[in-house]
Amino acid sequence: MTKQHITTSVNGESVEYLCEAQQTLLDVLRDELGLTGTKEGCSTGDCGACSVIVDGNVVCSCLMLGAEAEGRQIETIEGMATADQLHPLQKQFLEQASLQCGFCTPGFLVAAKALLDKNPDPTETEIRFWLAGNLCRCTGYDKIVRAVQDAAAEMRGA
Amino acid sequence: MGAEQIETKWIGKRIVRPDGVDKVTGRANFGADLRLPGMLEAKILRSPHAHARIKSIDTSKAEALPGVLSVVTAKDFPEVSGMADAGEAQVNFADLSRNVMAREKALYDGHAVAAVAATSASIATEALSLIEVEYEVLPHVIDVEEAMKPDAPLLHDDLFTKNVDPKPDKPSNVAQRLEFGAGDIDKGFGEADVIVERTFRTAATHQGYIEPHAAVAEWTEDGQSRIWCSSQGQFAVRDMTTTLLGIDHANLKVTPAEIGGGFGGKTTIYLEPVALLLSRKTGRPVRAVMSREEVFRGSGPTSGSVVRTKIGMRNSGEITAAELGLKYEAGAFPGSPAMAGCMTAFACYDIENAKVVGYDVVSNRAKCAAYRAPGAPMTAFAVESVLDELAEKIGVDPIDLRLKNAAKEGTRALYGAKFKQIGFEETLKAAKDHPHYSAPLGPNQGRAIACGFWFNIGGESTANVNVNMDGTVTVVSPNPDIGGSRASMVLMAAEVLGINPDRIRITIGDTASIGYSGLTGGSRVTFAVGMAVVDASKQVVTQLCERAAQIWEVDVEGVEWRDGAAHPASSNVGDFDPLSLEKIAAQSAKLGGTITGAAAINARGAGPGFATHICDVEVDKGTGRVDVVRYTAIQDAGRAIHPGYVEGQMQGGVAQGVGWALNEEYIFDDKGRLENPGFLDYRMPVTSDLPMIDTQIIEVPNPFHPYGVRGVGEVPIVPPLAAVASAVSQVVGKRMDQLPLSPPRVLDAIDG
Repeated sequence: MTKQHITTSVNGESVEYLCEAQQTLLDVLRDELGLTGTKEGCSTGDCGACSVIVDGNVVCSCLMLGAEAEGRQIETIEGMATADQLHPLQKQFLEQASLQCGFCTPGFLVAAKALLDKNPDPTETEIRFWLAGNLCRCTGYDKIVRAVQDAAAEMRGA
Repeated sequence: MGAEQIETKWIGKRIVRPDGVDKVTGRANFGADLRLPGMLEAKILRSPHAHARIKSIDTSKAEALPGVLSVVTAKDFPEVSGMADAGEAQVNFADLSRNVMAREKALYDGHAVAAVAATSASIATEALSLIEVEYEVLPHVIDVEEAMKPDAPLLHDDLFTKNVDPKPDKPSNVAQRLEFGAGDIDKGFGEADVIVERTFRTAATHQGYIEPHAAVAEWTEDGQSRIWCSSQGQFAVRDMTTTLLGIDHANLKVTPAEIGGGFGGKTTIYLEPVALLLSRKTGRPVRAVMSREEVFRGSGPTSGSVVRTKIGMRNSGEITAAELGLKYEAGAFPGSPAMAGCMTAFACYDIENAKVVGYDVVSNRAKCAAYRAPGAPMTAFAVESVLDELAEKIGVDPIDLRLKNAAKEGTRALYGAKFKQIGFEETLKAAKDHPHYSAPLGPNQGRAIACGFWFNIGGESTANVNVNMDGTVTVVSPNPDIGGSRASMVLMAAEVLGINPDRIRITIGDTASIGYSGLTGGSRVTFAVGMAVVDASKQVVTQLCERAAQIWEVDVEGVEWRDGAAHPASSNVGDFDPLSLEKIAAQSAKLGGTITGAAAINARGAGPGFATHICDVEVDKGTGRVDVVRYTAIQDAGRAIHPGYVEGQMQGGVAQGVGWALNEEYIFDDKGRLENPGFLDYRMPVTSDLPMIDTQIIEVPNPFHPYGVRGVGEVPIVPPLAAVASAVSQVVGKRMDQLPLSPPRVLDAIDG
């Protein structure tokens, strides 16, 4: 099987890889680039565990081909914290016990970051509908929604 | 005589979980995250038929495909037999082996029939299409009541119903009949002023963990092997896998990956022995990961059920008699949670005359697996719904009605246990006093309450606590942490040692690094493994006191441990400055070596858990859509070690219960194929479906745990089915007795 050569940017770093035509961006991130923080829960775009940000938009990386990443700007969970500082969302998730098993957590954090990048002061309803594409089976969402609200407030300096 | 709440310094604090940063940064390694050099990818071929004899399997074309290294079928597995305990269930190894890989027959759509290992996932997938299986398609049966009929298609010609007299002379799909009771139900129903009898139905629902099953296996030339996988118990994976393959326990090391949800569904094995066999045949490490479709078709949901219940009551609200009959779908092999369903059905109440009968029934569905309080939500749905109806009939507040019959300390439950200190009445009283219970309702809104019970279990548990030379401490826990249990273990160790929890780190040991411990299940980890951690920490304190006595040259009775330091216990041992843990640890080499505690206990006295939930729904009478608009869960936790994760268990259980009540169900076509094996069509609650879920933790300490802990994980899924359905019944004016309450079903009720 001939592989394609792709050049893209992941978390601000220029990256090159070879991928099969049918490999998804999720497959590439996990298996070719070793970025396993992005999770596969369904491979049909229904659970959001594979959420990444591509050119500013949150997408399910299982629904995008690796070959389509040519020339894009991709952000994954691995790029969310700096060396010594967690993102306010990450900090709030920890302080409010917003994760139990933690498998859906990277997807929720990436999707929530994309929300706050666009809307720094979302209502509870806006948060709930924005995150409706991310499934969590452990928490009942209560503590996730509260963490996003409080991270938004913290980031606004409120 | 009841235990009192103990004053604590660290217990009850909402610390950041020790594994938290790994989980918010993507570093945490789950089942599918490991990649070994030379690793092959495995794919499983699954039966497209609900019931078929496997006449032959030709793997030659698949094996000839470049990149394919091996194909295995049931022929590669030895015949095994015997039974073993696994958490709250029993394992029959002959059945388990046949569930992992179909042997004589494929018994459900999605049943594994062969597996391929190849150099890439795409080659392995292509190879599956080259395996030629000759099936003789047989008549199938899906529905539990259809499966019980004498002329139903038979799954196993050697299955004879257990516990019936005389012993049946013909095989059937009814694996077992269960019965127990107390008093005289005829007399009891004769004394009743009101009797309600009704039949309730629930659909099979899946645990719905977001992480699909995954395992990496590596066999070595000297017969030692390793598996890395996510599961609810690395020891259970080891013991089941070694039994199926006929290898020694010591020759398989299972390393627990982080687990992306289990809820009971990861207490058994599917991929592990397959991946290990493929590794043995190829000499290469092999990774096997299920797709979501495979999770739905090939792993175990909980039983769909038919539950008939009849309850008689005086006009005063006192229950005079209760009767219940249940039929649970086991899936393709015996082993539904029928017994637990029977035992929990009336456990909330003190009932003199009662009888319960249960049937465990096989049909052409994936073998059921444990699902959070296995068997209890279905009978609670029936019993709590009928109590709701009775309260309405006699005009008594539903909480008062339950208080009148509530189990309390000294009550002998129908299933045999005599309750010690329990907190059921406290949850009811808290519900009555909760502002939610008296808040006004809007148009098309209804409110109901429902209660729930779960036994909780203890069992074999181990823990190691090691003191480092700088005075920091490392705890080794033997149980996968699914919901924050590392935090609870650290808090309990900190409490005993008297040091700050951030001086303590914790790891989950592999099967070669710590002694055997039971599964993470039965709401047992914080209770039972917590007791082992407390025990091991106390051993450490004893050694620290002995070292201080050596340093001070006094008897050890002259030393006491408090606030993380050894203190002289009384004036007659002299005047010494306290010796902190750090100071003693620094001298440990000189004073007899490493300070370490290792506990291995069989924890008894798991305090039963009780909950009362209040649910408000709003029904769209035009479409039949139901929204849960307010929900309050009240539960006795005994003692909340980390309240944030106790609340999380309560909220998560409610969300799963709401999904079970409103949306989730397995749907089969007329050929017995699962029609909705994906999250789009198997609709679990999403963020926008739910309101905030209020919680109130009641703490009636469990006298058998050093800090009063009861298990909390399972009870919260028990009440929601009835709470939601009874609230909808209020709005539509008709008793909703079949789940899920999908819009068409609700519309039918509205339109009469």
